[in-house]
Amino acid sequence: MRSKFSLVSLGLVLAAAHVALAQNGSLHLPSAVEAGSAFSIQTVGSGNAVLYIVGPGQVLRRDVQLGEKTSFASGELRNAGHYTALIVGDSFTGNGTFDVIAANLPATMSFLAKPSRLSVDLHDGISGVAYVFDSYQNLILAPAQVLFQLSGVAGGAQSRTVLTHNGVAWTRMNSASKEGAAQFMARAGTVTATRVIQQVPGNPCTLRITAHPSGQRLVVQTDPVRDCAGNAVPDGTIVTFTETYNGGEATVDVPLKRGFAQTELPSHDGARISVATGVVMGNEIRWGK
Amino acid sequence: MRYPIIIVCSVCLAVFALGSVQPALHQETTDAVGPRPLEKSTETAVVRDYVQAWQSLSVALEQNRADLLDQNFVGAAKERLAGTIREQAALGIQTRYRDSAHDVRLAFYSPEGLSIQLVDTVDYDVQIVDHERLLTLQHVRARYIAVLTPTEERWKVRFFQAAPE
Repeated sequence: MRSKFSLVSLGLVLAAAHVALAQNGSLHLPSAVEAGSAFSIQTVGSGNAVLYIVGPGQVLRRDVQLGEKTSFASGELRNAGHYTALIVGDSFTGNGTFDVIAANLPATMSFLAKPSRLSVDLHDGISGVAYVFDSYQNLILAPAQVLFQLSGVAGGAQSRTVLTHNGVAWTRMNSASKEGAAQFMARAGTVTATRVIQQVPGNPCTLRITAHPSGQRLVVQTDPVRDCAGNAVPDGTIVTFTETYNGGEATVDVPLKRGFAQTELPSHDGARISVATGVVMGNEIRWGK
Repeated sequence: MRYPIIIVCSVCLAVFALGSVQPALHQETTDAVGPRPLEKSTETAVVRDYVQAWQSLSVALEQNRADLLDQNFVGAAKERLAGTIREQAALGIQTRYRDSAHDVRLAFYSPEGLSIQLVDTVDYDVQIVDHERLLTLQHVRARYIAVLTPTEERWKVRFFQAAPE
């Protein structure tokens, strides 16, 4: 029993030594290869063998002559990842691992800018995230500079340079005080991606009405309705006029048209007319006596 | 003396063949990863779906069936793995990946909540089978970067790449 066990143990030790020899002696692997670059693997020994390079990202199989250098052309192994190399000859098997790493030259970028539409004058209202890739769509994990720039509306452009971490860089920007389309750009190396951010007026800031008689009725009209930065509030925004008189009340909702809202109300002496839109209250008019 | 060895080996082979053992999972807890706060439920879902993605990857690469990736992969990750499956099928190769342990750290949650990046130090065994001939079994420890995006049902892996440790 004991001698059998010793033989088995010796066999295992020899097998382990054989694999170690194969790993160290028969297959000379680079520790890392840049994705898509040409490289070679040196084998020792003689005879025919098959070389496998296997990873979740790519698989290669090559008939090789042991003792010769096996070359891989540029672009052949292009997907970054951790690879197992295995050589299977007539008399032995050897294996090892190596890494394929992304090239450091940005070639494409995935740029996500949000939101595509927002109110003016919002602090940190716009976010941008950029993932930077090489020419084989490998994420570049080495730190790379990404320039974010928001421009195209009144005032100076905002720009920020951010280093990627694990291939990603992000920033936040303020929306401008003036409405209009802004260009939100991200640049890494020579690669640029641009998104359009539509900046729209914010909520009305002040509201003022005037009234004048028209026959038996009153014409009530707002001044131009603007947000706090002076941008015209979009047409269609609802303005509510309320008239109270002798315990009664009349309410009219009117959409802004060309920046104004206007309506006609019954003319009652002593009536009080007020106006509101959203959370903003305007002035109040007391009509007649 | 021989029987225990045989039993242990049989169990190991069965485990490898069936792939039914859940990998050990270690997860660094965090409440903020970059610009966006991370809810516990989101964190749990992301890690759960990521580990499930490894199961899909394993079965798809073993059976050379790209359709098995659909449930957990999307975009560039799915295309790349599907490309590997096409290469394997053309060469008559299958690969068996069995992940035994994950050490996951969520690294970045984008401000708008549409992508989350994690770093995983994973232990797995890989077998290479050429025309049904088993060639090797190798244990690998590697660091993976994955980017997941939310879909209607679950978080799916959009990007998946090993990186040197």
